[in-house]
Amino acid sequence: MAAVRVEEVLAAAEEQEAEKRRSVTVEKELELEFDLGNLLAVDRNPPAAAGLRGAAPGREAKLRALARDNTQLLVAQLWELPAERAGGAGGPLVARLPDPTFRLPREKPPPRPRPPTRWEQFARLKGIRRRKRTSLVWDEEAKEWRRRWGYRRAGGDPARAWLAEVPEGADPEEDQFARLRREKRERVARNELNRLRNLARAHRAGTAIPAAPLHPTGHQSREELSHVARVARVSTASLGRFQPRLPKEPAETPSRNAGKKRRFEPLLGNLAAERSRQLELLRDMGSKKPVLNITRAVNKQLRQEEAEAAAAKRKKQSQRGKRGRRQ
Amino acid sequence: MRPLTEAETRTLFEKLGRYIGENIQLLVDRPDGTYCFRLHRDRVYYLSEKLLKVATNIPRDNLVSLGTCFGKFTKSQKFRLSVMALDFLAPYAKYKVWVKPGSEQSFLYGNHVLKSGLGRITENTAQYQGVVVYSMADVPLGFGVTAKSTQECRKVDPMAIVVFHQADVGEYVRNEDTLT
Repeated sequence: MAAVRVEEVLAAAEEQEAEKRRSVTVEKELELEFDLGNLLAVDRNPPAAAGLRGAAPGREAKLRALARDNTQLLVAQLWELPAERAGGAGGPLVARLPDPTFRLPREKPPPRPRPPTRWEQFARLKGIRRRKRTSLVWDEEAKEWRRRWGYRRAGGDPARAWLAEVPEGADPEEDQFARLRREKRERVARNELNRLRNLARAHRAGTAIPAAPLHPTGHQSREELSHVARVARVSTASLGRFQPRLPKEPAETPSRNAGKKRRFEPLLGNLAAERSRQLELLRDMGSKKPVLNITRAVNKQLRQEEAEAAAAKRKKQSQRGKRGRRQ
Repeated sequence: MRPLTEAETRTLFEKLGRYIGENIQLLVDRPDGTYCFRLHRDRVYYLSEKLLKVATNIPRDNLVSLGTCFGKFTKSQKFRLSVMALDFLAPYAKYKVWVKPGSEQSFLYGNHVLKSGLGRITENTAQYQGVVVYSMADVPLGFGVTAKSTQECRKVDPMAIVVFHQADVGEYVRNEDTLT
């Protein structure tokens, strides 16, 4: 009895061992492809097609088993990487991942090329090409190669210049140092302005809304036509201000709400005008009421019928009464 | 605070017109001063020009109410008339309903008017017509909408609703916190 039980226990223990080993080893037809830099494992084994269909009963369990097996293989690969203890002897075991080989697609769309600046357009027109300048210049006084601009530049520190010649046609009373400083400030400001202008132009070019092209004949809707007509009207040099109207085109004043922000009448604007507008609106609303009021007509008819019925009843009663008296 | 837009004015006048008909122009064009409608936090206020000029001195966040609140615009731009307009609309009402003393209290508690509580009703009132509800002593109690035309009112049984309750002066006590 006891021996049988011991055998059973041993058999059970062996089963458990085998189970543990089974959970660690995974059998696959095709080997997986690993990109440990991205922690990626690609399984090219054809899946059991029937079992994974949308309506199959054990689908969830099969998928979970598949995921578990693949994850097991990936983790086994990670364990084989060269590892070291981070932060000294007692730190955690850290594996060094190789460089990723799988190229992930772009997250955002690629940047579109910016439009050329005014100088770039001019240079392209004239055929001016950029000449590469040397970064060091020979300074004769210091007898060494100095930078073109910046710290210890060739030609000395401009702030310490102790001589400023009066140019030929200039006013002798004018302060030359002040003039130099002012001109530098103006130059800086002008460059900054141009830089910002170029930036704004590039930004505007990027967000311009293209006009929707008109559909070929047969598919044009009324709104599309009116929109395109409006755009065409405004596409003149004076933005459509002097454009003559077609015979049946309505005179459209630029609505106050042509823009992104909602605009209201001023709070304390012309109150008399407001009042007259409201009275006109009332008149407009009043004139649109239908001439025939259905319910009133029906009520009138009902009243008429009631009156007739009452008259008939009275006549009948009076007749009956007379008959009765006669008898 | 801002003036009403075209669409909002139209909605407002349509609603008011249901109760007072073409007498709205007496509200808009008054002989004793310039009165106007202004919108503040979705509520429509009726006030004189003098008061408006003074009210512009109060910052928007601190301004609670001005003039008389006629009602408010809901989120879907429908206009709900409130009881505070009663003083202005009652004198110009086209269709009136008088309520018996017994069911005055019921109406003031927010219930509809039944046939048994109906005292008098203007002749030729259509169905679903906006009416002003009075007590038998000619005191305006509130607004309503007729559920039956005058003709039908005569024939219907006593427990039927004849006027739907819209607003009543009891709201001044019931909804003290929410009336602006």
